[in-house]
Amino acid sequence: MLSDLLAALTPLNLLLAVGGVVAGTVIGALPGLTATMAVAVLTPLTFSMEPASAMIALGAIYTGAIYGGCYSAILINTPGTPSAIATTFDGYPMARRGDADLALTLANLASVAGGLVGALALFALAPPLAEVALAFGPVEYFWLAVLGLTLIASLSEGSLLKGLIGGCVGLSIAMVGTAVVGGDVRFTFGLPGLLGGVNVVAALIGLFCIPVVIDLVAEPGGHMEMAESGRGYRLSEALSEVRGGAWNLLRSSSIGTFVGALPAAGGAIAALIAYAEARRTSPRPETFGKGAPQGILACESANNATVGGGFIPTLVLGIPGTPPDAIILGALLVHGVRTGPNLFQEQSAIVYTFMAGLLVSTILMLPLGLLLGRYAYRSIAAVPKTLLAPTILLMTILGTYAIQGSGDDVVVMLVLGVAGWLLGRAGFAAAPIVLGVVLGGICEQGFVQGWLIGGAQEDLVGMFFGRPISLAILAVIALTLLYPLLATRLWRPRLAT
Amino acid sequence: MMTHRLGRAVAALFAFTLAGTAASAQTLPARDLTYIIPFNPGGESDVTARLQEPVYRRLTGHGFVIQYKTGGGGAAAWAQLNGLPTDGGTMMGFNTPHIFLQPMSGKAGYRTADINPVYIFQLTPHALIVAADSPIKSIEEYVAAAKAKPGAITVAGTGTHSANHVAQQSFDQAAGIRTTYVPFTGTGATVTALLGKQVAALWNFTTVGVEQKGKVRVLAVAMEQRHPQFPDVPTFREKGVDMVDGAMRGVAVPAGTPDPVRRQLSETFRQINADPAFRQKMIDGGYVPLDVGQDKLPAFMAEHTRRYAEIGKLLGLVK
Repeated sequence: MLSDLLAALTPLNLLLAVGGVVAGTVIGALPGLTATMAVAVLTPLTFSMEPASAMIALGAIYTGAIYGGCYSAILINTPGTPSAIATTFDGYPMARRGDADLALTLANLASVAGGLVGALALFALAPPLAEVALAFGPVEYFWLAVLGLTLIASLSEGSLLKGLIGGCVGLSIAMVGTAVVGGDVRFTFGLPGLLGGVNVVAALIGLFCIPVVIDLVAEPGGHMEMAESGRGYRLSEALSEVRGGAWNLLRSSSIGTFVGALPAAGGAIAALIAYAEARRTSPRPETFGKGAPQGILACESANNATVGGGFIPTLVLGIPGTPPDAIILGALLVHGVRTGPNLFQEQSAIVYTFMAGLLVSTILMLPLGLLLGRYAYRSIAAVPKTLLAPTILLMTILGTYAIQGSGDDVVVMLVLGVAGWLLGRAGFAAAPIVLGVVLGGICEQGFVQGWLIGGAQEDLVGMFFGRPISLAILAVIALTLLYPLLATRLWRPRLAT
Repeated sequence: MMTHRLGRAVAALFAFTLAGTAASAQTLPARDLTYIIPFNPGGESDVTARLQEPVYRRLTGHGFVIQYKTGGGGAAAWAQLNGLPTDGGTMMGFNTPHIFLQPMSGKAGYRTADINPVYIFQLTPHALIVAADSPIKSIEEYVAAAKAKPGAITVAGTGTHSANHVAQQSFDQAAGIRTTYVPFTGTGATVTALLGKQVAALWNFTTVGVEQKGKVRVLAVAMEQRHPQFPDVPTFREKGVDMVDGAMRGVAVPAGTPDPVRRQLSETFRQINADPAFRQKMIDGGYVPLDVGQDKLPAFMAEHTRRYAEIGKLLGLVK
């Protein structure tokens, strides 16, 4: 086993890890180009390699892409991949007030920490965690999505009602197209382009990025405060923030690992739930959404932990944990490696070399990410405002087109973008809408599947409220929703006296 | 002025003739072929395309540019097929029964006749699957359990009005039983549900039986003869249910793609399928190679249109 692990350190494999992390980070940083696409596009390049080297390269690309999504989230308020949605909540406010450099360094440290926790869990806990993932049924996915939706309450600045309306708008957008369960065609207005539904990435780019572009044109100030030069990476500040948030990092990474191991959830949900938990347990929850460094630590560690977590069902059960894992499984098949439940036993040499490679890639992300982040920051900072708006606009259009080579996606992105800007003027924030878009599908499918299964067993109540994992998630939901009320009830009288 | 205009007209005529010559040569463009997959990367269509590519490259000297256009169970891509370039440089994967059943609702955005198939290269036969430790050991026990408590057996499958759904409905009708079909997105989610004991059984294909060998038990396969990968698993016919079917995959081109180009593509895919190493990989993966080329396709499509019209009635898609 040791020799299998050390095989990850051959010069070729190290080179592949470096190249994979860099390529992945750059692709992930570009809005529209997701981790799934990064892996899909670069997969054919690995066909000529040994299977273990190919997996190391693909794992490095994947982990880099999930990390790279934070650059555009922080610098231009647009998640580079859906996993970075929650990173915009505090990353962009930090950038606006001139702390983009600190935010980028924090995201780097958190991503490396989360990636390490995920990769170590893959090493040590893969088989038991895979069993737990199997216990997650439709109802549990439904409640998990509901837990994600409770974030709407905390993300609605000012008006809870407006936040809820925004969430419903998002859920409605998620319903557009052909329903998986039932096959009904909904809200397509007779347009064939909407049959496949609204592409989540296109919606993200539109709702987050277009308002930034419009504001850049409409408002006199710059889109972010530029820091005075010579502050470097602000590593010591970031490290002290990490020390203060060690528990937050560990909790968020664990959430990320576990959610990543669930075959129907992914980085976006992991980061949102980790963010919600970090906010709920924070002594100063009111700072979240306004540039709280702990918010970035939570979501960036959680989303990178999903990489290692996602490989757990992929390698143990032969069921892809996340969409990029599905491509990696397919690539293994082309390599002639038998995937499925027996991969772990029969091809353990490849598996161990790959796991060591994933650890190496994650560690390499520390220096490589800091350097690339610096470069991304400088290039955004160097572009004058008059050029920045058209550049970002062009990037959003090209990026959206690149998702699946579809002009319809570009139209959807622009329409949602303008609508999002108008709604923003009326006090409806983008975040609740996006939550609805991202969680709507899982929520609906989990509910209907649970309903069908519960109905067949003639025990609907037991189906939704009688299963242990469901009850645990329900308890967290109740805690999240009631905690602010309880806190004010219990503490206010004491403060008054 | 006059000569100028005349000159332009001559030039245009000349260009037209040139274009005509180029078109009459009618061969595949000498570049990589754009291959649009209407499903997620990593699925059966994608894996097959990845396995086809090296053989295609050996035959033609060019590769594939694989694009994914997902949504609506494939409908999002097929609705746009005929808007694509017709020079033979672009083709799209297609699946049965999808292209027969989806248009029956009238809202799919395309008609079955809009799909111009070039070649059908594989079948994944329906398979009824339970977990390895399931109390249900055979197809007889499955039917008995369903008869004892109608509707109580939950069966996972991918999507609504899909191949898996057709299998469930056809089998239940033939066997005179009633089960509850629970649709999921993607094969991975259905296997998770089966292994996690969320559902009692799974309608999927022989491919899942291969991938999950040891963890699942295949009760029967919808083939004429047993699959080489499962010599001990009976066919439905052996058990008295006449069900030989599954999902078929092939490639189609936009309407207007010249006939010689179609024939050339068809011939190329026939050669890929004939490659012994490729064929063996398909069989090892649980697939069944099929060879329905240009000559056989019209009859094939007509026959299946009739057959699926019946199934459409069974599913309640057609009144």
